[in-house]
Amino acid sequence: MNEYGAPASASYGAPAAPAGAVSMNAPPVSPMDVAQVTPPQGSPLTAAGLVVARDLKLAFRKRGQWIQPLIFFAIVTALFPLGISPEPSKLRAIAPGAVWIGALLSSLLALEFLFRDDAHDGTLEQYALSGQSLTWLLLAKTATHWLLTGLPLAVMAPLAALSLGAPIGSVPGIVAAVVIGSVALSLIGSIAAALTLGVRRSGALLPLLTLPLSVPVLIFGARATELAIGAESYSAPLYLLGAFAVLGVTLAPLASAVAVRISLE
Amino acid sequence: MSDRSLQAQNLHLWRGDRHVLRGLSFGVGAGECLLVTGSNGTGKTSLLRSLAGLMYLEGGQVLWVGKSIRDDLHAFHSELAYIGHEPPLKLDLTATENLRYWVGIRRRLSSRDIKGALDRVGGTHWSDRPVRTLSAGQKRRVALAGLILMAAPLWLLDEPTTNLDTQGQQLVSSLIVDHLSGGGVVVAAIHHDLGIAAPSIRRLELAGE
Repeated sequence: MNEYGAPASASYGAPAAPAGAVSMNAPPVSPMDVAQVTPPQGSPLTAAGLVVARDLKLAFRKRGQWIQPLIFFAIVTALFPLGISPEPSKLRAIAPGAVWIGALLSSLLALEFLFRDDAHDGTLEQYALSGQSLTWLLLAKTATHWLLTGLPLAVMAPLAALSLGAPIGSVPGIVAAVVIGSVALSLIGSIAAALTLGVRRSGALLPLLTLPLSVPVLIFGARATELAIGAESYSAPLYLLGAFAVLGVTLAPLASAVAVRISLE
Repeated sequence: MSDRSLQAQNLHLWRGDRHVLRGLSFGVGAGECLLVTGSNGTGKTSLLRSLAGLMYLEGGQVLWVGKSIRDDLHAFHSELAYIGHEPPLKLDLTATENLRYWVGIRRRLSSRDIKGALDRVGGTHWSDRPVRTLSAGQKRRVALAGLILMAAPLWLLDEPTTNLDTQGQQLVSSLIVDHLSGGGVVVAAIHHDLGIAAPSIRRLELAGE
């Protein structure tokens, strides 16, 4: 076998040929000379703002992709009365579970879009090479993803619960639970989405990775909803949901960044 | 000129069970360009990605300005412009928007900067069209505009002339010559000759198995 990197010119044979050994017969410095001074680095806040702005603009141009999970949520919750019973007392009993299973599945559906396009077109690669913290940029991306999927869900969920017979007084509790719970779901999902980037058919793997980790969110989210429907204090499960969300904010972007770096290799 | 230089010391890289880079060493100083040639599958892209710090080497190290790039990857990346096979563009955004979001993350850009860069690559007339409607060569030109805007001292270019017409190839050459005259460093993987003859341009042929 041949040696790799056989030197084409003698200077490459020796390790570390002296820098600038061959210098160009310097022509006058052109106005396009940009290499002289490295421009000031953009601030992390601006960078995050640009990531959010870009993803929102893209989502606006490709609306179908983001509306899909919401329609899915509406359909799933509408199927429960058909499958179980139209009796109001029974529906009210299953409302928390129905809403949260719907929310979990629809957030899963939206998860596929989180990093996939950016991985394909090389955007993630440029993020990783931007000199900015990849963790920070991915947190901005996940936050945008939540704005597009979690927040609309928090609007839809009380409507679904109301249609299943929940009293109107339960709406604030349900909104609060879904807002906080969906933050946790987005963050948990971002790890799985990043981990499956290198996998060709990630469709089946994504739920397998995400759903077990999402079980606590499902349990406490449904519990908070149940208590809200029963007009009881729902603060305890809400605090626990908040704890998961905070844990997610602190750890998930770090894990996602490592996973993205591995997928880029 | 400054001591800006990229040094590769005894690089070893494995991809699966293939030993792609076997003890490769070279140095590229300020105002120098290294053209990496070799047939398909000889590891040109792997070499560039290793130099960019995207791939982890099994042995050896890459030095930028005398320091290992792994010591402070973020600082190194802020001085690096890497353009891969595919221009990193969003099809649903216009050329201008793409550049604003892509390069704006790295440094502050004004609309005039972007317009100037697009004018330079011949994109005056299609700067506000969605990239989806652009030809492959025009997309490549947008990527070149990004390269200009990044204003990084070190350029790692993977097949920069792909899909470009003769004029476009001359554009790449002139960008590289300008960059070198400003003390920049270029490492480019290429198939075709760039048609630049200068003592500061050297070649590195990667041999196959």
